[in-house]
Amino acid sequence: MTEQTPQDEAREEERLKHEPRDAAYWAKYAETLKVTGVAEGATNINVEGRRAVGPLQGFGKLWQKTYRINLTDANVTPVEVIKTWKENYKDFWPEGNLFYAPLAGIAPGEVALISGSLPGGVKLSTGVMVLYADDESFSLMTPEGHPFSGWITFSSFEEEGTTVVQVQVLMRANDPLYELGLRMGGHKMEDEMWRKTLENLAAHFGVRERVEMNAVCVDPKLQWSHYRNIWHNAGIRSALYSITAPLRWRRDRARQD
Amino acid sequence: MPEAQVKMNVRNASEKASIIDVEGELTAFAESVLMDAYNQASDGQARAIILNFEDLEYMNSSGIGLLVTLLIRINREKQRLLTYGLSDHYRSIFQITRLDDAITIYDSEEEAVKAANSA
Repeated sequence: MTEQTPQDEAREEERLKHEPRDAAYWAKYAETLKVTGVAEGATNINVEGRRAVGPLQGFGKLWQKTYRINLTDANVTPVEVIKTWKENYKDFWPEGNLFYAPLAGIAPGEVALISGSLPGGVKLSTGVMVLYADDESFSLMTPEGHPFSGWITFSSFEEEGTTVVQVQVLMRANDPLYELGLRMGGHKMEDEMWRKTLENLAAHFGVRERVEMNAVCVDPKLQWSHYRNIWHNAGIRSALYSITAPLRWRRDRARQD
Repeated sequence: MPEAQVKMNVRNASEKASIIDVEGELTAFAESVLMDAYNQASDGQARAIILNFEDLEYMNSSGIGLLVTLLIRINREKQRLLTYGLSDHYRSIFQITRLDDAITIYDSEEEAVKAANSA
């Protein structure tokens, strides 16, 4: 390993002096998502090679939904809450949905896989990228094909002497089928998911409080120019993958013989 | 609620365009400051709003979210949103979040104002 010269050190010091404070908190740009290490039980069929998408790339109405809970009388700081949440993210999810954390944990640029369900019991394999992570918040960004096109920010902060925990979703349905799904029960499913997640997290700190929810339709217009997003629909692709499982089994058997 | 660590100054660039100079931190706490600045910038005939990020010191993911809601408001008023003054780091963030799909980034105020006036 080459040792750093004094000039290298001085140059590095100068570079760090001009680097913004948030530099280390953001994911680095990559054209497509890369999954490093697939945990047992996870399916990487709708994440690798996909582009990350934000609220501007989706099809449906743009929603900002905020879920928050007060950790009343809990002796815990926002930093401790977020540290616990990052380390045990999957444990606070309600049953029925699985989160396969990246090997490096919830850190900027890391990609996690998800197994979930859609309205009607449709199984779904997808994932998320960690867009941003600091000591008091982290944000996940969705890939093409995910039900949502957008960001979900998890944060904790002090308000009038109480530690508050919040989930804020800024998203559109990714394609026309998902938009229909949202209107036919998907919104309720999502609200229930984050309500239970926050209650589970609060219970970890010995708190039982009500989750407050607020939903604002930021833009009621559908973005018809993005109707083709349906090509990547992870629900459809996951269903096709399940249906064709016997064919893959026969193919693998034939290769072994 | 913590105070916003941001200042925004509004100035007229031309008959059609207003500039909002963003100085400080763009986080969730900057929402009311940003919206007040936009209302001021939009008061009149401005068809384009230009955000100057030369003095942006810090931005988190909630700050980026504010830009999305601002963009929606601007589009609703049939206006355009342009930017300049982004460092390489913040340009990269616009790329990662795909904000650059909808918000054009210019290298200088002159270029941004020229583009705003040409529409």
